[in-house]
Amino acid sequence: MAVLEIKDLKKSFGKNEVLKGISFCVQKGQTVAIIGSSGSGKSTLLRCATNLEKADSGSIAYNGEYLVLDIDGQQKYAQKEELSKIRSNFGLVFQNFNLFPHLSVMQNIIEAPVNVKKMSKAEAEKKARELLSQMGLSDKENAYPCELSGGQQQRVAIARALALDPEVLFFDEPTSALDPELTGEVLAVIRKLADKNMTMVIVTHEMAFARDVASHVIFMDKGVIAEEGEPKEVFYNPKSQRLQDFLHSASL
Amino acid sequence: MFETVFKALMEGFGESLKIFALTLIGALPLGLIIAFGSMSKFSPLKYFTRAIVWIIRGTPLMLQLIIIFYGPGLILGTNIWGIGSKGRFIAVIVAFVLNYGCYFSEIYRGGIEGISQGQYEAGQVLGMNKGQIFFRIVLPQVFKRIIPPMSNEIITLVKDTSLARVIGVYELIHFGEAFIKSNGLIWPLFFTGVFYLVFSGILTLLFGYIEKKLNYYRV
Repeated sequence: MAVLEIKDLKKSFGKNEVLKGISFCVQKGQTVAIIGSSGSGKSTLLRCATNLEKADSGSIAYNGEYLVLDIDGQQKYAQKEELSKIRSNFGLVFQNFNLFPHLSVMQNIIEAPVNVKKMSKAEAEKKARELLSQMGLSDKENAYPCELSGGQQQRVAIARALALDPEVLFFDEPTSALDPELTGEVLAVIRKLADKNMTMVIVTHEMAFARDVASHVIFMDKGVIAEEGEPKEVFYNPKSQRLQDFLHSASL
Repeated sequence: MFETVFKALMEGFGESLKIFALTLIGALPLGLIIAFGSMSKFSPLKYFTRAIVWIIRGTPLMLQLIIIFYGPGLILGTNIWGIGSKGRFIAVIVAFVLNYGCYFSEIYRGGIEGISQGQYEAGQVLGMNKGQIFFRIVLPQVFKRIIPPMSNEIITLVKDTSLARVIGVYELIHFGEAFIKSNGLIWPLFFTGVFYLVFSGILTLLFGYIEKKLNYYRV
């Protein structure tokens, strides 16, 4: 069974139809990269999948359990308890980190495990320290977000998302707010997660990274999936003119 | 003589302090409730609340004291505040709490609306519920943001307590003024200024301390 299955997802903002029927599956252990120009609907897709936006039609299921199901054109969203169960399947890393500025690195990471998952504080801290060492931030547990570089903040945000043991982790342009030097350190962390077969869906403008790390690449254009496949197919043998133009402008 | 004056003024200052403290106790939570009302998605409630805030902030507190104390008697024909100084004092507290609640609500509203959407979204994808997001994520950050405007408003309150005398509630200025009639002395009235100065000085230091304490992070 697919970890994530999206069927015919549509979403409009006013008259602007941003998603025009998106369908795809993510299997366990896959790293899916979503590429495409700005305004193609990539971020909206992630926001619908993570329940930050409500879809207009279509269905989204995690491990066969529906976050939203389309019954004869009526959107039926999962209710409270179901919803919190489904939500525990995924995590999201934002473009601009969205760490909690009033909490230390450690407090940021254990906030949800302790208060949502009701894990004991000691257990949550132990886990947080393991994650911080994976992220190369062992010495920063008592720092506050404002004392960290952007790359460090984003790595804390990744640790915060991983602390809840999500089955699939979404990244919404995780390096777009970072300068090239810091981009590298964040991508290295994501690459390590891919090596460990963490299931991930990454919206990115880093073409070389998508090519090297992803197991599946989706190219979105004007609200539809214009082309998808294995990275070497998508990058070295693009079929559509639109993708050829896009890759050309991305100078790869 | 100085000792007599000082003792009398201390008594008056005690009354002013009571008004100050009770106003804060009532207006700080009331302001948050009014702020929720004025940010409500239910537009009748939103516009009703904003109209109240406009009326309260748009008229003098002195006038509000008079209307709140005398108004019910004129309209209903009975004095709802009770007889004597206790009734007057209750009316003063009601007027002050309402007035300051409205001012505080706008400060809260500014603070709450200044928190970025990303903070709510981060809480949401971590599975936190609305209450947890508000009390654990948003409110602590609002608290830091509103300290400077709050300290302004609270220091204004120290001085506004003197308005209570328009409906005959005896506070610091009243006690100072009494010496003009009884002893022909004007300086006790002038001397009340020292009390206000010292008290607002202490508050300034206190707020400075809190601001410094919260400097460990930036929002």
